[in-house]
Amino acid sequence: MPARSDGLPARERLFPGRRSPSARVARCAVLLAPIVLTACQPAVLDPQGTVGIAEKTILIDSLAIMLAIVVPTIVTTFIFAWWFRASNTRATYLPNWEYSGRIELIVWSIPLLVIMLLGGVAWIGSHELDPAKPLTSNTPPLEVQVVALDWKWLFIYPGQRIASVNHLVVPAGTPIHFSLTSASVMNAFFVPRLGSMIYTMNGMTTQLNLRADAPGTFHGLSSHYSGDGFSDMHFEVQAVSAQRFAAWIDATRDVGPSLDAKSYAALARQSVNTTPFTFRAADPDLFQQIVTQQLPPGPGPQTGRPNPSVSPQTED
Amino acid sequence: MLGKLSWAAIPLDQPIPLFTAALVGVVIVGVLAWVTLKGWLPYLWREWITSVDHKRIGIMYILLAMVMLLRGFADAIMMRSQQALAFRSEGYLPPEHYDQIFSAHGTLMIFFVAMPFVIGLMNFVMPLQLGIRDVAFPTLNSVSFWLTATGALLVNISLVVGEFARTGWLPYPPLSEIAYSPGVGVDYYLWSLQISGVGTLLTGVNFVTTVLKIRAPGMNLMRMPMFCWTTLASNLLIVAAFPILTATLAMLLLDRYLGFHFFTNEAGGNVMMFMNLIWAWGHPEVYILILPAFGIFSEVISTFSRKPLFGYRSMVMATMAICALSFTVWLHHFFTMGAGADVNAIFGIASMIIAVPTGVKVFNWLFTMYGGRVVYSQSILWSIAFMITFVIGGMTGVLLAVPPVDFVLHNSLFLVAHFHNVIIGGVLFGAFAGYTYWFPKAFGFRLHEGLGKASFWCWLVGFYVAFMPLYIVGLKGMTRRMQHYDVPDWRPWLLIAAGGTAIILAGIILQIAQLAISIRWRKELRDETGDPWNGRSLEWATPSPPPAFNFAVLPSVEGDEAYWDMKQRARQQAMLGEEPPYADIEMPRNSPTGFICAFFATFMGFALIWHIWWIVVLAAVCAFATFVVFAWRDEVEYVIPADVVARIDRANRTARGETLALSGTPS
Repeated sequence: MPARSDGLPARERLFPGRRSPSARVARCAVLLAPIVLTACQPAVLDPQGTVGIAEKTILIDSLAIMLAIVVPTIVTTFIFAWWFRASNTRATYLPNWEYSGRIELIVWSIPLLVIMLLGGVAWIGSHELDPAKPLTSNTPPLEVQVVALDWKWLFIYPGQRIASVNHLVVPAGTPIHFSLTSASVMNAFFVPRLGSMIYTMNGMTTQLNLRADAPGTFHGLSSHYSGDGFSDMHFEVQAVSAQRFAAWIDATRDVGPSLDAKSYAALARQSVNTTPFTFRAADPDLFQQIVTQQLPPGPGPQTGRPNPSVSPQTED
Repeated sequence: MLGKLSWAAIPLDQPIPLFTAALVGVVIVGVLAWVTLKGWLPYLWREWITSVDHKRIGIMYILLAMVMLLRGFADAIMMRSQQALAFRSEGYLPPEHYDQIFSAHGTLMIFFVAMPFVIGLMNFVMPLQLGIRDVAFPTLNSVSFWLTATGALLVNISLVVGEFARTGWLPYPPLSEIAYSPGVGVDYYLWSLQISGVGTLLTGVNFVTTVLKIRAPGMNLMRMPMFCWTTLASNLLIVAAFPILTATLAMLLLDRYLGFHFFTNEAGGNVMMFMNLIWAWGHPEVYILILPAFGIFSEVISTFSRKPLFGYRSMVMATMAICALSFTVWLHHFFTMGAGADVNAIFGIASMIIAVPTGVKVFNWLFTMYGGRVVYSQSILWSIAFMITFVIGGMTGVLLAVPPVDFVLHNSLFLVAHFHNVIIGGVLFGAFAGYTYWFPKAFGFRLHEGLGKASFWCWLVGFYVAFMPLYIVGLKGMTRRMQHYDVPDWRPWLLIAAGGTAIILAGIILQIAQLAISIRWRKELRDETGDPWNGRSLEWATPSPPPAFNFAVLPSVEGDEAYWDMKQRARQQAMLGEEPPYADIEMPRNSPTGFICAFFATFMGFALIWHIWWIVVLAAVCAFATFVVFAWRDEVEYVIPADVVARIDRANRTARGETLALSGTPS
């Protein structure tokens, strides 16, 4: 949904003259949820990446298909309930009317047809937008390995041999191939304005392909509850031009600690509110060692009240 | 001696749970003292606690649900106010407390509000509608109830002794494993659900047997009221699904207590297996809840439209289709696990297919109103509000069943809004419709209409104000279970949602007032006829409240709408049928088995949580011994003499004769 700051009078906004069919579908949805209109940039409806845009289209289309049947149903409910009120003597009373084959046929076929249409959308959409499916592009994808830790995100750039915590920098326009795992409990990696989320699980790798179409800064977060520090498990995604990305890589190589088994073990301990920082060097095999559990899963809480076996607490 | 338990387990430094516990403690002691001083304890013991009467048990189930609703709603207020406050701040609830609250809210609302409410209604209504005297296994019924109460009690004990789970209402491993949740919270969750789960499973067995094997003469399956059909479907699902829950939780218990590796990170454990298993139970569970609600709406809409239910056969087919299909869709709860396009698409489409029979139901209710004389009682207000609200909730549900859409909305507040939309708008509105509809049958007086309608409007408006903003904030990328957040865009909507909670609170206060005032004005609201709504099924043929034996003589069913047909015949002939020959009636004796069993089960559960092994053994032996004593009982039934039956039934016949003569024409 584009930002609603165009200054048009309300009527013009709702009936903006001729638009493409998909835009009209969008307007149709908007008619029924006018509150959405006044809000600025709902993240999922204001995607900045290929995947997110496709998903928004499917969302709006599916909603429109269903509204075509839902709105008449709701209106009819009101009409029937009102017209056939007991005090309305003009309404016909059919005290024994309980069956009509014709109506039965219609009430079974309407939802059936809608679901057939929508099922097609779901089938095609699932295949087109499978998170593991590489994006079509002339640029080769950038590899990023993601490790969900308690409670921060580790992004490893194996090709560049650097790593970053709670801060993801990607080149705009280049497809990104994420391989994801978790150091301990489940999480989900989600950047609402870029599109699909995916679970991260210990001992397993999931795949996700996303692309930021233009430079920008986006909010990323864990969208699967993972314990006390969950609310702080968010990160910033910066999509920058290819030149700036290269410059960032070079600058990162000069500062910070290096990431190996030892510094990873320290990082894997539970902590909240980790300020973003980078590793100047990263072991390119580290991700594989985490997935195969050569590096053991991160530890759980160590303190508690009165002890962790009654009520564990998290140290800040 | 006392395992992990010590004084330090009581959170003396946390004012909120401590104050709540103190308040609840004072209320409980006060009620107990009052009951004792009034000398009501023997009455309670005789007539309620040891009762095996399905009507009494049903009422106790509903009472439990309503009390737990207050607790669950208190959690909801805390969550909404925390999120309203916690913008760029910690709010007033630290994570370790907030996490317990949302976990307890979900657990309580599903297992100890929605479940007991619908089971209570089924308990009360289904045998009456089938024209029989009790369920198949009356004592088992009492055991079921008390075990459910044990579960609820354990969850609430966790408020003051130790902690509750901080894992969400479904404890996904590895977070719920001993490594990441070493505390007693998850154990409280697991044992309360294991114990109450036994009760629920027994209910399922009991009710399926009742519907399939015990019905009044002539009441064949295709003559059963819609509510009995949905009861059957719902309990078939209980029988099929609850063992999965029990097994899954048992595996997690083995992991936590004995170092097994079903769902751990290491040693071959598989967390994905837990998610598959828990949702193989969890998705049927939502249909276990909603199907009885569908049945209630069918009864209410038909009665207050003064018409038979439209498309009865279609409705039966739709009900059974939902029953079967509900086992084929569980994977839509984790499209974002990365299962692959084919798997996601197939489960997405399977989920959508359920919308077909559900849609058929909505249309059939619509056409039940068509050509009717809709009387706007409070029960039908809940039903019409349901039709509209549920259609919206169903639509967002189907939207989430499209995998690419789920990829951006999964686990968001959009999802939270969706399932509250169907559970509040469907299950809870249904429970309230049933509560207002059958209340006069249970107690002999109606609930106050004006207060009921005021409460209805508060609930309805409050629901929309509280949950529509959550749809929007979900589209803005806000995920569920956040204790605090920094995104300014989310805040206004969370403030509005908190306002909606306040409106719902007004609705709940009005409901309490309605109950209190209705009891006080019971003389004015008295229903002498036993048939206050001009009902169509057999429960309205009994006096209000019905006698212990329900029917003096089992009714003979000769049409699709048993009681309506009887009334029509009586009106045509301008007289009731011949007085039947009365005989002695044998009814099951009261039994304290359920209460005593649950008493020991409570100790056993508590001791298991705190690793007090000697109490575990002792309590288990005592609970088992209770069953053995019950199994060796000699006197199973008592006799209600024919002249008592005759006296009660003649009074009922007189009342009925008067009403029919008064109303004259069918209205």
